[in-house]
Amino acid sequence: MIDVLYFAWVRERIGVPKEAVDTKASTVMELVEELRSREERYALAFSDLNSMRVAVDQDLTDFDAPLSGAREVAFFPPMTGG
Amino acid sequence: MRVVVQTERFDPGAELNRFSEGLKASGATVSFTGITRDVIGELQAMEIECYPGMTEKALKQIATDAMTRWSLEDALIIHRHGRLKAQEEIMMVATAARHRVAAFDAAQFLMDYLKSRAPFWKKEVTREGASWVDAKDIDEDALTRWQD
Repeated sequence: MIDVLYFAWVRERIGVPKEAVDTKASTVMELVEELRSREERYALAFSDLNSMRVAVDQDLTDFDAPLSGAREVAFFPPMTGG
Repeated sequence: MRVVVQTERFDPGAELNRFSEGLKASGATVSFTGITRDVIGELQAMEIECYPGMTEKALKQIATDAMTRWSLEDALIIHRHGRLKAQEEIMMVATAARHRVAAFDAAQFLMDYLKSRAPFWKKEVTREGASWVDAKDIDEDALTRWQD
């Protein structure tokens, strides 16, 4: 089980801020493919990965990052702090 | 070094005084305060979302990097989240160094990094509705000057 978190418009499109996902995905990209194939709202949210960022266990990383041992994955748009 | 993520308002002047009082060997402090801007005169609120846990972690890392790179005596980051009104303070940074160039550069570095590397997302609320603020290429490009 991995906790998957969504923020900003990603959260709004998927409809929940957080969910536990039972997955055997070995990379972030495999997890994205799994989610995309679930339902239309996921396919929509993950339609353009260039406008998305990902963090694994609260560290910013890439979509080809491995998920071995990961407890938390978060998807969100580019940050707009400051 | 102090990093604070909070919903409450803060007094940037009082924070700068407090920051300066603790210093022992600095010849310069620089501070920057960001304010919610009402560009079209219709902003009802600015909603700022964060990622509890990662936001604090990312800010601490950015502050630590600045402390090391410019040998700062101290650094401060305060960033708000939640629902803000127009012309309220969103965030501030302060740096203290022996000389002014280091204090200025470190403050710019903190701003550049927290704009596009700290997990915050802004949403503008007007009478017509709410929309997420898009990240700007210029903010991403600003990071390249520190990557040497």
